[in-house]
Amino acid sequence: MAVDTAENKGRSESIHMVRKGIATGFPIMLGYLPIAITYGVLAKQSGMTLTELTLMSVMVFAGASQFMGANMIAVGAGAIEIIIATFVLNFRHFVMSLSFMNRLRSIGLNWKAPLSLGLTDETFAVSALHPKEAKMEKGALFYTALILTAYFSWIFGSFLGGILGEVIPERLSQSMGIALYAMFIGLLVPSVKKELKVGLIAIIAMLINTLCIQLGMSTGWAIVLGTILGGASGIYLLKEERR
Amino acid sequence: MIFAIIIGMSLVTMIPRIIPAFIVDKLQFRDWVNRWLNAIPYAALGALIFPGVLMVKPDEPHIGLLGGVVAIILAYIGLNVILVVVGAIATVFLLST
Repeated sequence: MAVDTAENKGRSESIHMVRKGIATGFPIMLGYLPIAITYGVLAKQSGMTLTELTLMSVMVFAGASQFMGANMIAVGAGAIEIIIATFVLNFRHFVMSLSFMNRLRSIGLNWKAPLSLGLTDETFAVSALHPKEAKMEKGALFYTALILTAYFSWIFGSFLGGILGEVIPERLSQSMGIALYAMFIGLLVPSVKKELKVGLIAIIAMLINTLCIQLGMSTGWAIVLGTILGGASGIYLLKEERR
Repeated sequence: MIFAIIIGMSLVTMIPRIIPAFIVDKLQFRDWVNRWLNAIPYAALGALIFPGVLMVKPDEPHIGLLGGVVAIILAYIGLNVILVVVGAIATVFLLST
């Protein structure tokens, strides 16, 4: 009887974490769908088949580089060139993954490795601002549910864009370009309200990023430098461990 | 050909993502490194927001900026992220003609 209740408790805890993960990932879905549809439309126009463009979403799962990839395929760039450009653009995920995995130390490698593969700017931003779950029982399920919500909406959106073509009027799809930025702002502002120094870290990163772009650096490297150097200001600004 | 490009893109995105999963178990970071890594999310958010937000409508940077300002206000008064996103989309939609 006692075993049975413990088992039940474990199960309801699991369900709770999965539900919470999906709910937390929902804003990402909202931001991803229009962008994924746009990617699907663009990739189709650049001569990729529906299978190819969907497969790219399944295997790459990185918005910006998929847009760039589709564009480069359209203009007939070489494979090596596209792959190197993708690496440069996505190198920032190394820094983000290092930060995220450091938070997930208490979770086993069997969960960490697959979770790391689902890391994007958006899943990282949302997960990183929910560090408490990493310490909770069944916390891995929270991050898994969150990431899968984002992943499937990305794949589904790409596929939809690929079959439907220009479904969304241009004015609306262009307006939706603000969605992910608004989500990033919506994540950052509450943290700044809690601790003002966090805002300073973000502003330093913005300034470094802007400066690097002014100096003619590519977007990918500018974000990498902005993130690393902006984060370095945290060494001084975040006084003690807030764990 | 496109298939080879997809495989290549997949590998170069997977490798930087997965390496940290293996190395954090091997390393014990000093305090200042932990503070650095804990600041990364905020720095990343900053670098992702600006100046990218100006490119929402590349020929009219003020529209993206205003959408961003609306998002800041909505988030500041404590609205849910979803409402912040919807409010910003509506702002840009109404401003663009």
